[in-house]
Amino acid sequence: MTVLLSIVTGVLFGTGLYLMLRRSLTRLLIGLLLMANAANLVVFVSSGPIKGNSPLVAEGAQALEAAAADPLPQALILTAIVIGFGVLAFAVVLFSRVFLNTQSDDSEELTQTES
Amino acid sequence: MSYWIPFALFTPLVTGMLALILPDRGRLRAVVGLAGSLVFLIAAAGLLRAAAGGEVLVYHFGDWPPPFAISYAADILGALMIFVTALVSLGTAIFAFGDIDDRQSRGGYHGFVHIMVFGVCAAFLTADLFHLFVAFEILLIASFALVVLGSERPQFEGGLKYVALNLFASLLFLSGVGLLYGMLGSLNMADLANLAAAHENPAELSVAGALLCAAFAIKSGLFPLYFWLPASYHVPSSAVSAIFAGLLTKVGVYALFRVIPLIFAADWSFFQAWLLPVANFTMVLGVFGAVVQKNFRRLLSFHIISQIGYIILGLALFTPLALAGAVLYLIHNILIKTNLFYIAGYVQQLRGTGNLKYLGGLYKERPGLALLFLLSALSLGGLPPLSGFWAKYMVVRAALEAGAPVSAGLALFTGFFTLFCMMKVWTEVFWKNPPEQAEEPSDSDASAPAFTSKRLPLVTTAAALVTILLFNLLALAIGLYPEPLVQLAEGAAAQLIDPSTYIRSVLAPTP
Repeated sequence: MTVLLSIVTGVLFGTGLYLMLRRSLTRLLIGLLLMANAANLVVFVSSGPIKGNSPLVAEGAQALEAAAADPLPQALILTAIVIGFGVLAFAVVLFSRVFLNTQSDDSEELTQTES
Repeated sequence: MSYWIPFALFTPLVTGMLALILPDRGRLRAVVGLAGSLVFLIAAAGLLRAAAGGEVLVYHFGDWPPPFAISYAADILGALMIFVTALVSLGTAIFAFGDIDDRQSRGGYHGFVHIMVFGVCAAFLTADLFHLFVAFEILLIASFALVVLGSERPQFEGGLKYVALNLFASLLFLSGVGLLYGMLGSLNMADLANLAAAHENPAELSVAGALLCAAFAIKSGLFPLYFWLPASYHVPSSAVSAIFAGLLTKVGVYALFRVIPLIFAADWSFFQAWLLPVANFTMVLGVFGAVVQKNFRRLLSFHIISQIGYIILGLALFTPLALAGAVLYLIHNILIKTNLFYIAGYVQQLRGTGNLKYLGGLYKERPGLALLFLLSALSLGGLPPLSGFWAKYMVVRAALEAGAPVSAGLALFTGFFTLFCMMKVWTEVFWKNPPEQAEEPSDSDASAPAFTSKRLPLVTTAAALVTILLFNLLALAIGLYPEPLVQLAEGAAAQLIDPSTYIRSVLAPTP
């Protein structure tokens, strides 16, 4: 499970970075989206997910009976997903406004701020 | 538990929310912003007074026991930064009276700017690594909105570069936090420091540390990751670029100062090995970039980068004198840089352009303004007895004492070029005669430059001059009587070198 998720994370990061390095703005945006998911997966995988046990202490017991997944990283990811959603929603609107202003999807055309 | 922390933290948030929901009638939102900034300044002064003695103030949200609570802490460095933030917030609130038009006010300028200040404060005060990420996101999303508020084409283009690079940095930051949590199992910075010190393989932790460093380096505009900065800082309205120039890169710098020596102390030599050359390159290439610029605010943006290099040099040397110098530099630079952007903004209001080619003759028209600019420019260059001199003197002397003569030499070399560059601005904007009408570009549109100053409304002139005068007086006061600030900076440096007080205070059980 961990190995598979690690590979998925790596592939997502790699694809995202490749797309970000293209000249097309749409690909830059999709690359950012993929990398946002990859970063969330890093938080998830590195905390060592464990299948099957919920982190609940049984009534009367003092500690967990068996090793269980840490719930905190999942809360962190939830926060990060919500933040990422808001920020990326803004980015989508911004990219569309750039396209409407420049009539171009090519990042080489964005030269108005260079002087 | 210190209640100064939530007071200072939430004042900008409440101000921002009020400014967003109140009707946009007359100057109501601007007045709310100004009043909120004044209250914030009082809170920040209280916080600084309480922290100045060397005691680390702590606030645990929900009164949970540490390290499970979300803890906020203010040591001398944090409290100093909050105080300067309050000054910049106040200055920008005054400057906004003249600079922010009705359309931008309706677009929510006054709300966004104070919410951004709230994010900056949260970043300066938090003792929780994940909350640092959240604080960065708060200030980023508010700053995204501010960059494109004017809805002009350069703003969209600059905004796009700003958004893409900063989002990328945030993703690196989040990955670093995730890895660190996986290895150490905590997010509280003080707790992390203890756990990291007990970790058997510090080099393993440095992987996460390198990710965090890369993220902070992008945000603070370090070589070679600074190219987004001069592409975006000169496009928004003047009030926005002034507060960006003063505060945003410094949040990244502060995060480097706070996180790296605290958590990655065991592998410090690894970080030092690359911080030093990066600082050297940042100083020199930043100022080289500035020399060739033709746009007033873009030129100043390159100077931000070069000045960040000095501050990081102080961090890389990591001696008491170097850190004290770096903290002093941080404070001086926030005030001076913001002020120079106010002046550039005022010049743009007067002439309708920031292009140095079409400016000139302002010395004849506005000798007072020229004098104020000269004061700030010489302070940036580090001439005695202005504030930049003391900061630069401490950093250069620390570099010589620590056996880094190359860095010291480069720092002086950069200082010389900074001065040269400021003299270029002086000549182009104030000293030379305004260009002949014939030089006017043929494709002149509505925003074509005027060769003599426009008549500005009284409130615009008053707002700009009050702000510029206020910041010049602050810089002059630091220059003529630096002793209290130097003592605070030395206290902050001592706390950075020996973080045991910080760790003990944050982890102390709540009574």
